[in-house]
Amino acid sequence: MSKRIDVSDLDVYYGDFLAVEGVTMTIEARSITALIGPSGCGKSTFLRTLNRMHEVIPGARVEGKAVMDGVDLYGKHVDPVEVRRQIGMVFQRPNPFPTMSIADNVLAGVKLNNRRLPRSEQEEIVERALTGANLWNEVKDRLNRPGSSLSGGQQQRLCIARAIAVRPQVLLMDEPCSALDPISTLAIEDLMNELKDDYTIVIVTHNMQQAARVSDRTGFFNIAGTGKPGRLIEIDDTSVMFSSPSQKATEDYISGRFG
Amino acid sequence: MTAVSVPPKPVRRRRRLPAYAPWAVLAGALGVGALLSLLSGTFTFTGALLFGALVHVVAITTLSAVVEGRRWATDRLATTLVTAAFVLAAIPLVSLVVLVLRFGMERFSWTFLNDDMVGIFGASVEGGVFHAIIGTLWVTGLCSLVAIPLGILTAVYLVEYARPGPLKRAITVLVDVMTGIPSIVAGLFAATLFMVVVGPQYKAGVMGAVALALLMTPVVVRSVEEMLRLVPNELREAAYALGVPKWLTVVKVVLRTAIAGITTGVMIAIARVIGETAPLLLTVGIVANVNWNAFDGRIATLPVYVFRQYAQGGASVDRAWAGALTLILIVMLLNLVARLVSRYFSPKGAR
Ligand SMILES: Nc1ncnc2c1ncn2[C@@H]1O[C@H](COP(=O)(O)OP(=O)(O)O)[C@@H](O)[C@H]1O
Ligand SMILES: [Mg+2]
Repeated sequence: MSKRIDVSDLDVYYGDFLAVEGVTMTIEARSITALIGPSGCGKSTFLRTLNRMHEVIPGARVEGKAVMDGVDLYGKHVDPVEVRRQIGMVFQRPNPFPTMSIADNVLAGVKLNNRRLPRSEQEEIVERALTGANLWNEVKDRLNRPGSSLSGGQQQRLCIARAIAVRPQVLLMDEPCSALDPISTLAIEDLMNELKDDYTIVIVTHNMQQAARVSDRTGFFNIAGTGKPGRLIEIDDTSVMFSSPSQKATEDYISGRFG
Repeated sequence: MTAVSVPPKPVRRRRRLPAYAPWAVLAGALGVGALLSLLSGTFTFTGALLFGALVHVVAITTLSAVVEGRRWATDRLATTLVTAAFVLAAIPLVSLVVLVLRFGMERFSWTFLNDDMVGIFGASVEGGVFHAIIGTLWVTGLCSLVAIPLGILTAVYLVEYARPGPLKRAITVLVDVMTGIPSIVAGLFAATLFMVVVGPQYKAGVMGAVALALLMTPVVVRSVEEMLRLVPNELREAAYALGVPKWLTVVKVVLRTAIAGITTGVMIAIARVIGETAPLLLTVGIVANVNWNAFDGRIATLPVYVFRQYAQGGASVDRAWAGALTLILIVMLLNLVARLVSRYFSPKGAR
């Protein structure tokens, strides 16, 4: 249940503004790819192009290729809705649906799509997804309470459960821990380690230790100056990136000399 | 860094006025106000209140300045002024309700609600509003049937689908202009429309409904638009990221999240048109009997009923007040329903 994505020559625009330029990289299956880089260099923008969430912003568009399973996600006749069902996403700020209970939040992918499932199957999905997100033990007695009654860290794990409940091939995470305390962060990092057996994971993070701890490969984005497009400087195995990167800029960034 | 080397002053304790002080001052001030009113010529109640209020503002501020210091005196002054503004604003509202209740209760009764005006003349004290209630329900109901879906769909288009451009701007401007249409113009428009399309003899409740729909739609659009804009974008994105198509996201996330606010907005819009008189005078007129058919013949409505009864004078004036009371009760009932609906739908447990 996981796929690799081959991105080649991807340019990402907001209207006329070129935000990210010429990204070529391979996102390996069953592994965690971390994207690091200074603020505003286009990590979030690039991540959102992978499941075609970028184009929901008015005027936003993408040029280039992102091939998964031999199909170009940006090819003709590819339905973005279909892409998003295969490539799930977890956002920076936890965003459970406020009108839904914990269980309904997990089932949101099913219920919002008007799919009907027998009760037993629904319960099974809820338990599987919540267990997968390391949340089951904490909420199993209050599945009918509103999702917003949970703590921030629990809400974020609820959002992860919601994303994996629809069994995507790939999971994108945009700074999933930046609003969380260290303990919740640890819980989510453990979770990612378990999830990578089944999913391809791409995570954007500002936290260098986190990238070093959890990821198998690390990509470094940088920007030449404000108004200039962001670029992928290099991508390699995490151990290589953190010990002997081939680019000077990467070394400076990782050792904390700028950014 | 000289500021750091100066040892900080200890936090001082301040003497405060006791909690009953403002009330005591108020009572005293009202006494002085009564005295002043007496001195200024003849004693009037309003005079006493006015003078009393002025004396109170000065007295409480001075007293506070002496005992508590300047900052607290400013606080007292502001509190007093804000409270006075609130009381001033509440006076018309309360007196309106009291007035309608007092005059309305003269004739208001169960029989009044269940009687029509067939065979009632001049000084007769019988008669009721049943026919007008039915008419108002018909006209407002038909109007809502058109205006609510139209308004909600327009708002959904504007907020969720329209791209910035001439079409969106044109619709927004048109809605703005429509909000400002005087109700009599809407009535004239509906009357003329039906005259041209159906014929000059045609009179029916549906004409009034069209006129009211013209007034109600922009109000619905406006309030629903506001509500939809309040739905955080993150929720839309969360739904998209789960592979939910846009229309389902709009229906099941955006509208569902905003439904409490939408209900309130719609109810306010209904309350706004249910009391409209001018366009109904022009279109549906008034009759004495119950007309169950909104598509044929004149139909009585509560506002026009009140207008006619009041214009006739004499014993009819009591009926006018009772009719007004009925109208207010209906609006309050609608409000109650709206509150229950929004309580039921609003997000729960968000601390
Ligand atoms: N919705 C948007 N509209 C226009 N420009 C945007 C939008 N979102 C981000 N940008 C621009 O794109 C660039 C990259 O932003 P982003 O991807 O958020 O950076 P990062 O996630 O690496 O901090 C920035 O210059 C930012 O100003
Ligand atoms: Mg970002």
